[in-house]
Amino acid sequence: MSRFHGNTQPPAGSVLEQLLAKYVDYMDSLRRESFLDDQFTQLLKLQDENNPDFVGEVVSLFFQDSERLIGNMGTALGKKSVDYKQVDADVHQLKGSSSSIGAVRIKNVCVFFRNLCEAKNLEGCYRCLHEVTQECVVLKNKLNTLFMLQKQIVAAGGSIPVD
Amino acid sequence: MVLQRTFARYAERTAFERPLTSGVAYAVRVLHSEREQFEKHQGWTIKRMDILEQKPVHKDDYEPEALEPSPVQEEYAPVIFAQDTVSHVISLDLLSGKEDRDNVLRARASGKGVLTAPFRLIKTNRLGVILTFAVYKMDLPSNATPNERIQATAGYIGGIFHIQSLVEKLLQQLASKQTIDVTVLDTTNQSYPISMYDSSSNTSDNDLSYVSMLNFGDPLRKHEMHCRFKEKAPWPLLEMATSTGILVIALLLGHIFHATMIRIAKVEDDCRKMMELKKRAEAADVAKSQFLATVSHEIRTPMNGVLGMLQMLMDTDLDVTQQDYVRTAQESGKALVSLINEVLDQAKIESGKLELEAVQFDLRATLDDVLSLFSGKSQEKGVELGVYVSDRVPKILIGDPGRFRQIITNLMGNSIKFTDRGHVFVTVHLIEEVMDSIDVETESSPQNTLSGFPVPKRRLSWSKFRSFSQEVPICPSVSLISDPINLIVSVEDTGEGIPLEAQSRIFTPFVQVGPSISRTHGGTGIGLSISKYLVGLMNGEIGFVSIPQVGSTFTFTAVFNNGHSNLGEFGGPQINTQSILSTSEFHGMTALLVDPRPVRAKLSRYHVQRLGICVEVVPDLTYGSWSVLNCGMVKIDMILMEEELWDDSSSSLPIFLNHLRDNDPGAVPKLFLLTNSVSSSRTSNGTTTAIPSKPAVITKPLRASMIATSLRRVMGFRNRTDLRNGETSRLALRNLLQGRKILVVDDNDVNLKVAAGALKKYGADVVCENSGSKAISLLKPPHQFDACFMDIQMPVIDGFEATKRIREAERSFSGEYGRGNGSQDGKAVNCHVPILAMTADVIQATHEECIQCGMDGYVSKPFEAEQLYREVSQFFASQTN
Repeated sequence: MSRFHGNTQPPAGSVLEQLLAKYVDYMDSLRRESFLDDQFTQLLKLQDENNPDFVGEVVSLFFQDSERLIGNMGTALGKKSVDYKQVDADVHQLKGSSSSIGAVRIKNVCVFFRNLCEAKNLEGCYRCLHEVTQECVVLKNKLNTLFMLQKQIVAAGGSIPVD
Repeated sequence: MVLQRTFARYAERTAFERPLTSGVAYAVRVLHSEREQFEKHQGWTIKRMDILEQKPVHKDDYEPEALEPSPVQEEYAPVIFAQDTVSHVISLDLLSGKEDRDNVLRARASGKGVLTAPFRLIKTNRLGVILTFAVYKMDLPSNATPNERIQATAGYIGGIFHIQSLVEKLLQQLASKQTIDVTVLDTTNQSYPISMYDSSSNTSDNDLSYVSMLNFGDPLRKHEMHCRFKEKAPWPLLEMATSTGILVIALLLGHIFHATMIRIAKVEDDCRKMMELKKRAEAADVAKSQFLATVSHEIRTPMNGVLGMLQMLMDTDLDVTQQDYVRTAQESGKALVSLINEVLDQAKIESGKLELEAVQFDLRATLDDVLSLFSGKSQEKGVELGVYVSDRVPKILIGDPGRFRQIITNLMGNSIKFTDRGHVFVTVHLIEEVMDSIDVETESSPQNTLSGFPVPKRRLSWSKFRSFSQEVPICPSVSLISDPINLIVSVEDTGEGIPLEAQSRIFTPFVQVGPSISRTHGGTGIGLSISKYLVGLMNGEIGFVSIPQVGSTFTFTAVFNNGHSNLGEFGGPQINTQSILSTSEFHGMTALLVDPRPVRAKLSRYHVQRLGICVEVVPDLTYGSWSVLNCGMVKIDMILMEEELWDDSSSSLPIFLNHLRDNDPGAVPKLFLLTNSVSSSRTSNGTTTAIPSKPAVITKPLRASMIATSLRRVMGFRNRTDLRNGETSRLALRNLLQGRKILVVDDNDVNLKVAAGALKKYGADVVCENSGSKAISLLKPPHQFDACFMDIQMPVIDGFEATKRIREAERSFSGEYGRGNGSQDGKAVNCHVPILAMTADVIQATHEECIQCGMDGYVSKPFEAEQLYREVSQFFASQTN
């Protein structure tokens, strides 16, 4: 049962309804497959008329940040003597920001990644780096789809369900 | 490892068990391959003994350092422990001594005690024998082959006997030394008997001597005792008597030797067992800590998930009953988490690391919280649950609410657990009240109790308190407390009681009344011991009285500081949402409470009065009762009636209502039933109207907030959207944070943005920074910011370090400007900015560290409205206030 915010204008027929249903389904699938958790919902709740593109800003900041961190990690792991502390610090950052936006999968990989850093397992670290990179790409696509749906909903005169 | 000192002390203490040995020593088996490491570990080299034997040194010349190191051998048996009397033998290799070598080899191959031939003992030069036992690494079967035994040998234990002193001691005991000459000979080698003891000056003719064989338990050695009269042949009668005496001596000697050997064997065995146990205990201790750490973490993680989801469920659109279920589920989850913390607490108590907080808190609200925690359980069991706080107890106290709550929760938890009928009743008074009045005693007299079930005399539960028996001023030791409030808290139940035989040990950790208790009721059995410790930290005492099949009453005292005396310094009191909601709207109303039982009426009145409602109490609704009230003068807004009276009042109630209507036609008092069980509340829940046939029901345990909710529902004060729980805390949070200037520090930009977004949502004016050093430069007194949220883990300067530096700057600032400690005009110069840690893990240790380095609290990331509110409300008085 989802509640909707400020449904002032009666929706223009079934198009909006379909969009909303699609959106809710999509959101559900993202949660079910652990791409996102409640923290992301919390972010959606923080977005209001004073801060209309809050989630978009946070998400793009996240991807900027994670691309930088992934780049750093790649460089650090490629060096002759790997500074695992540095790699670990970067993974920690990524873990923090991913849990802040509710990107559970990335966060989970990060947790594992840190263990491998501690164990100085180079091969494992590479594997994790690859995995994290993959997850970021996938999440970016998923979120793009989600935002597109949001835009369509808004364009159709609806508002985005947050629960 | 057992140390030499330990061994010496143990041997010393048990010396009386081996009256005839003059010392015990323990040597280990060291193979040559292990020698180097062994010597390094011990700090000395293995010394040879044979040279010492060849040229015996005099007592005073004995110098252990001068001894020669042992030459290379296949294996060694250096002495590592020795009783202090023979400590000079430490480091000597027994295998290098001739006699000892035979002994040792024989002892370990046979597994039995072995005696040496008598020889001159090192250093003392007195004649002695050594009894040697082998110590094995494991228990060997009795039929083990010599080879197996040698392989399993760990070391050797030796007891040293001075023959001379031995026999003399014995003879003295028989008091016949003067008349009898005793000679003890080692006759193992028949042709060269060795004299072990000879009391006579000349070994003359053998006539009239009595010879007896001695058995010291070593089959390979033969000993003979020759006894002879010193003087001439005495009377035959005496001769007969004496020979009997000699026989007795011989038997005694043999027996004592034998007993000693068994003793030594036992000591050796004990020693090995102790070492084994110690090793096991140490391993278990490490395992315990690891287990605690792991399990507590592993349980907390999923529990956080459960609690989080429940919190979200709370924020959805629920009716009152559903809300109650969710709240109960949530509280239970929290109780589980607290149980885990309890186990950790015990560990902390054991290491002496537990400390109390000193913060302002509302005792009544705290008790209400605990009450709601147990409400489900008590309703389910049909047990009446109540809390009463005396009016003389101040509203705001300063102390550790968490720990107080912990004690109460523990005591109430136990009471509920063991009570299946009757009541559980918590009362809080000032000690002075209890001391001054005797009516507390009459109050608890049988029949006049909360549920009507008899209870033990409450007074007995504190009969052993020191502060009561002696007329000393209570708590003279607590100099920190300027305005002490001495509370006495009793938790009374009508449960099954504590069996008399178990009463003495209920405060011992991990001890429960019986093994069946933990099976039927669960629990770790450490709650009471923790409570006792916590009460001690609060400068109080705890005691109880319990009668099996009647009930138990636990009473404890605790000292808090009065929170009103320095209200200004701490900022406003911690306002909880309940008090914001409840107070004003019912103010000035009057309720008529119908209850024949004074104790219960007092309890109900206490809670209703907390809402600002004036309460009149009548025992029933017969004319005689209410006619004394001046009903014409006072408008009665509501009638609260105990459920049990409902059926009986079918006739009296209408008359009473008519009477009221006669006086004031507009007066339609709302009728409420106070009930214990869930079932009856369910049937009439929500269908509440003013028709007396279907009264509204208030389910116990009574709490001010809960009564308020019920009243509001029936009296139609507000629509229910306002009552939604999450909404209220969000609204309150908005009230607190609106317009506040807050600094958020986090090295992670994404986190920073999210945290800032959340705070902005509540109306705060947020400034973001991404490093500890920037935070330090921005947070210089006098402060521009109202509060700071700081990440703990940051590179270069972390949150702890930054806070420490900020606090330092504040201290030096207040030293310059604040005239002394600056607390008088602390408001004019803002020199303490609240700093809250933001952390992803909520482990207690982190919390302690936060407090230690000067932080004011912590919030977990991501922000949760309620927690944020709780933390923030300590610093910001609500603007509506």
